Amino acid sequence: MLLINCPWCGSRDETEFHYGSQAHIGYPENPENLTDQQWAEYIFFRDNPKGWFAERWFHSAGCRKWFNIWRNTLTHEFGPSYKPFTKQPSRPK
Amino acid sequence: MSSVQFVFDNKTYHGNNGEPLSAALLRNHIKVVTESSYLFRPRGVFGLGYEEPNALVQIDSGSGEPMVPSTKIELVDGLEVRSLAGVGDLPTRKDEARYDKKYKHVDVLIIGAGLSGLKALEKYSKNNKKVMVIDDQPSAGGFIGDLNQEIPKKLMNCLKLKNVVHLQRTTAIGLYDQNYVVAVERRTDHLNSKIDKNTARIRTWHIRAKEIVLATGAMQRVLVFPNNDRPGILLSHAAATYLDKYRVGTFKNAVVFTVDDYGYEDALRINKTGTKVKAIVDVRQNISKSLEQKIKKANIELILGSKIIDTKADFNGCLNTVVIKTETENREIDADLLAISGGWTPTVHLATFLNLKPIWDEKIQAFKMPNLPKGLTSTGWANGEFEKVENRTALYFGELNLNQDEISFVDLQRDATLRDLKRAVGAGLSSIEHIKRYTTIGTAHDQGKTSGTTTMGLLSALINKKPYEVGTLTFRPPYVTFPFSAFAGRELGILTDPIRTTPIHDEHLKNNAPMEDVGQWKRPWYFPLEKENMHEAVLRECKAARNDVAIMDASTLGKIDIQGPDAAIFLDRIYTNMFSNLKIGASRYGLMCGVDGMVFDDGVTTRLSENRFLMTTTTSGAAKVLDWLEEWLQTEWPNLNVFCTSVTEHWATIALVGPKSRNLIKKLAPELDVTNENFAFMDNKYAKVAGIPSRIARISFSGELAYEINIESWYAKELWKEIFKQGKEFNLTSYGTETMHVLRAEKGFVIVGQETDGTQTPQDLGMDWIVSKKKDFIGKRSFRRSDTAKTDRHHLVGLLPIDKTKLLPEGAYIVIKDTFKNKSKNSHIGYVTSSYTSDVLQRTFALAMVANGRNKMGQIIEVPIGNDLIQAEIVDSVFYDKENRHRDG
Repeated sequence: MLLINCPWCGSRDETEFHYGSQAHIGYPENPENLTDQQWAEYIFFRDNPKGWFAERWFHSAGCRKWFNIWRNTLTHEFGPSYKPFTKQPSRPK
Repeated sequence: MSSVQFVFDNKTYHGNNGEPLSAALLRNHIKVVTESSYLFRPRGVFGLGYEEPNALVQIDSGSGEPMVPSTKIELVDGLEVRSLAGVGDLPTRKDEARYDKKYKHVDVLIIGAGLSGLKALEKYSKNNKKVMVIDDQPSAGGFIGDLNQEIPKKLMNCLKLKNVVHLQRTTAIGLYDQNYVVAVERRTDHLNSKIDKNTARIRTWHIRAKEIVLATGAMQRVLVFPNNDRPGILLSHAAATYLDKYRVGTFKNAVVFTVDDYGYEDALRINKTGTKVKAIVDVRQNISKSLEQKIKKANIELILGSKIIDTKADFNGCLNTVVIKTETENREIDADLLAISGGWTPTVHLATFLNLKPIWDEKIQAFKMPNLPKGLTSTGWANGEFEKVENRTALYFGELNLNQDEISFVDLQRDATLRDLKRAVGAGLSSIEHIKRYTTIGTAHDQGKTSGTTTMGLLSALINKKPYEVGTLTFRPPYVTFPFSAFAGRELGILTDPIRTTPIHDEHLKNNAPMEDVGQWKRPWYFPLEKENMHEAVLRECKAARNDVAIMDASTLGKIDIQGPDAAIFLDRIYTNMFSNLKIGASRYGLMCGVDGMVFDDGVTTRLSENRFLMTTTTSGAAKVLDWLEEWLQTEWPNLNVFCTSVTEHWATIALVGPKSRNLIKKLAPELDVTNENFAFMDNKYAKVAGIPSRIARISFSGELAYEINIESWYAKELWKEIFKQGKEFNLTSYGTETMHVLRAEKGFVIVGQETDGTQTPQDLGMDWIVSKKKDFIGKRSFRRSDTAKTDRHHLVGLLPIDKTKLLPEGAYIVIKDTFKNKSKNSHIGYVTSSYTSDVLQRTFALAMVANGRNKMGQIIEVPIGNDLIQAEIVDSVFYDKENRHRDG
């Protein structure tokens, strides 16, 4: 069970959170102007890196706030977490 | 030590309080503890701890427990056990014992309180750090304790320091990322053979530590030779400890078979106890003079460069002869004990749970602890730091070429032999993981604790590779077995999962309603009258709703209070249809989709004031929808000023359904104008119902005239009872979820999660009318995707079985007529989603998803059920009152 650092609450047990997939995928400005390919990219396609990955998490059984956090998909190590619409901390080394 | 009584296989014996059961069995000359699982060979005590592969027993006293190594049971008065051959029984009686969990954050966790663990403790406990020490034995001391030697006081005293939490009988069963350890502490079994109801029997510890020290020690390996499984053949450290520390007596003459110097130490210990060690057989050609001297002095024969090639047994199957092959001859020695020392393997299991690979160490001829990440260290034997020995341990894995009738065991518990291993290699397998699955080596209760390294060694010899090229088996948590009840803790029975009930629940129980589980909710399923079965009850309830008036508790529907100046804009984006143009006091049915355009949830939302909406969701979708709303507000549209609050349990809803509901509501709320002109469909009015302030909504999920009374939950039970009193003259009938389902299906109303499974668009469900062309909303763009825009997708249709009495099973496949019997391909064209018997239609009917179904009206399809083919006609999904004439009564 991982400890996840919620930027509002601090470290809490993984069971309090919901995973929210890749961070920084914005809802397209004007979906109607997108080609099928572009729209499919938005709905279906996500990165799957080996290593550091900026993810969204939802503190659903806690403060019920969404936030972003760096996580290493290889080592399960967590990097810095940050609130939505704030500056993204640089990728951990 | 006081003497206690215990029962083994229905016979009473004596033993010393607190000693391992295995020691007491040996002292009582119970050499044959069990039969092996597959070959039914007699087996006895082999090891000293959790590595024990043979002497497992079923505990019948206390809570009872199957398959416990007798080496890990501390003898208490009244203990009752019996032998088992490979398979234990789950105790059938209720376990009255308590189980508990604890969570602990510490600076340092030391796993293992042997000499190395205690040395680490001395170091770490100095700076007032919070340290926790856990150890799986009854007392600290580890290997030194087995030798019956004293641990320095200075080290033992560290266990009593204020900043140290010290637990014995506590086994770390799992190590996970971020230095998270799960350990089980056995707290009562060693005190009493009966259940102590006031103390938790097992406590499961969830420990997070900044640093972890693995001081888990090492385990002795087996040696492989023909008939190496007889009772009387023990690991040498175990044999020496039973004879020396526990004074079991038992054996008269011993032979020690060794590949390392530790075997010599054990031989000397055994010899000291009065059991005569007749010979030490060492596979190594030469050993140091000083060691040779020691053995000579003890008057033990030393047979170097030799190996054991067979053993013989007495009529009980117990060892009585050892056959030795020296360079020149084959010799037999009479012995009832053969102590084997196959080398020591560091106990690396916990570290490998982190997917770290153990490292082969030439010096110790074993795999040792892997390179560990920050915050994790290992020390002592676990780290391969054995005491300095004079002679290098030999890497010996037995005689590979056997005669046809010889059986050499590799994994005693699985009865897996060298021949099995050779067969696996012969079949072309070379990966240790494949070999494991082919031979079952390492898959028994002991998880190959003694046989793991031997298997790798044998395999490397068979395929001519180095052990490190073969690699290790994958160990997985838990490190040892323990009862599920320890995992469950107190979350048993009613505490397993929350149960949600409506405020009217007690009344439903009084009316004998069986309950249906809807998520965590309990909902009345139907209300049977005396002797009525479900089918009869549902038909009666349906008839009442269609002809008179019926009442339903709809309180479980999810309710979300949505407030803020941008609430209307927000709902326009969430729902496929418009909400910003909804009049205050009016309700509207809405459908929401995911970004992929698939139906996600539905419900009726009411505009309570300019900036306030009350959204209802499906019963089981409430939490999911609230998450969804908050996700969009927080991560996409933070500029929208909207707040969402779950109010599901704040409001109760009672639905009055049927043509006579108007008369009943008029009686209950005389001040309310109930004419269609002044209280139209989808309108809301505030009034007192039976004196209770209510919001009454003209919402119908049945197609009939209906009034939904919304009140604060506190009043719901009283109101329900009052309505019943006043409804008597209307023959008011209560109905449950089953009738609700039938009524809505007759009207072709979908249930999200029943007709849908996340792959249906609104258009698939024939609900194009609810999809706004004027605005953007979540999922809209997806309707233009080539796949969703296809016109021949699976459509919602109705089905009428040709035989009006045949009920199609929900979930059944639908095939094209006349294609099933001749097995033509692509005959499957859909599936049944809902199916009921209808009172108003006087027949069975169903809803289904059928490929291009809307363009197949009138066609006959078939539903194969067993050997039967049920024919049905594809029809419109609305079966009853297509013109909505009943809606207004």
